[in-house]
Amino acid sequence: MRKGIWLIIGIGIAISLVAAGVVSFYASSSPDGLEKVAEQHGFIDQAQDSANATLPTADYAIAGVENERLSVGLSGVLGVAVMILVAFGLFWLIARGRKPSDPGAQGGQAVVPDSSTGTRAATN
Amino acid sequence: MHATSMHIPDGFINAPVSALAWAIAIAGLAVCIWGARRQLDEKTAPLAGLIAVFVFAMQMLNFPVAAGTSGHLLGGALAAILVGPYAGALAVSVVILVQGLLFADGGLTAMGLNIINMGLVTAVVGWFVFRLVVRLAGTSRPAVLAGAFLAGLIAVPVSALVFVLEYAIGGTGTINLGTVLAAMTGVHVLIGIGEGIITALTVGAVYLARPDLVYGLHDRSRAALEIRSAASTPAAESGSGPSQQPSGTVGG
Repeated sequence: MRKGIWLIIGIGIAISLVAAGVVSFYASSSPDGLEKVAEQHGFIDQAQDSANATLPTADYAIAGVENERLSVGLSGVLGVAVMILVAFGLFWLIARGRKPSDPGAQGGQAVVPDSSTGTRAATN
Repeated sequence: MHATSMHIPDGFINAPVSALAWAIAIAGLAVCIWGARRQLDEKTAPLAGLIAVFVFAMQMLNFPVAAGTSGHLLGGALAAILVGPYAGALAVSVVILVQGLLFADGGLTAMGLNIINMGLVTAVVGWFVFRLVVRLAGTSRPAVLAGAFLAGLIAVPVSALVFVLEYAIGGTGTINLGTVLAAMTGVHVLIGIGEGIITALTVGAVYLARPDLVYGLHDRSRAALEIRSAASTPAAESGSGPSQQPSGTVGG
């Protein structure tokens, strides 16, 4: 039986919550590839804090939450929640935008309201 | 302390080149929105949203790659294979935007560079590698897994090479380009192995559950073009004539 799209979405979000909320605490804290190369080749000192580095959520830590496991976990859950709103919203808007205002129009042809549309509609 | 995650911080690349990168990134995103509008429908739009959420979560999981060095998924190849290159690049760009604005991860000035390197470049490279592999090797499960692995493996060092190019043009420090190029390539091939494994596991899972949702196996943008061109060439309407099949179409 084919699994429904919303079941897959649910499973995917559950995996994301566990990854960002729980597993993230165990992620390697070693410098990443770019950082390491920048250290070894003498340009790491050029790095500057970004303008919003004083945010209470900066660097995946919640200001005031002492427990590091809780702090990074909450950041992960917050990030997943914000991502759900922003990403689902954006792609919903984009998919919605492909539909022309005419509710009767269907399929790919209606996407391009070129001069031949009228002719095509007449021959169909 | 969570490692800053493979994002270019402010200060590495000078202001003019960072501004130029922002302009290129915005133009690229505009193209992606235009393309995604053609490729997404009611079924795939939520999937694209899920991929963005998933890539955000996976980017928090730095894995060790060598002595004292880590890496994490970039996700462009994974996203492009599952929801197409346009929506895929958009998905990773949304991740970079949220990371930069909410968690101060990656510079704001440098965000255009990060969108180009991690969003646009990895999606485009990953897409073409995957399409090439399934065109050559078919759409069996091993071929799809191999294609996804290679897409991730190759996309990451290419992204690193683009960074070196950006540094060569607008870097603020004095470096030996040759040695930095070699070092960046070396470490990012190792990170690319991790990227390839995660990409193959994820694409493999979706392929098992719902192979019809793997966009890279069913390029609907070509189908849409076929439908549109059918207006002028009625013979192509059925899409079943062998001579009408575009060479890039794979799978069912």
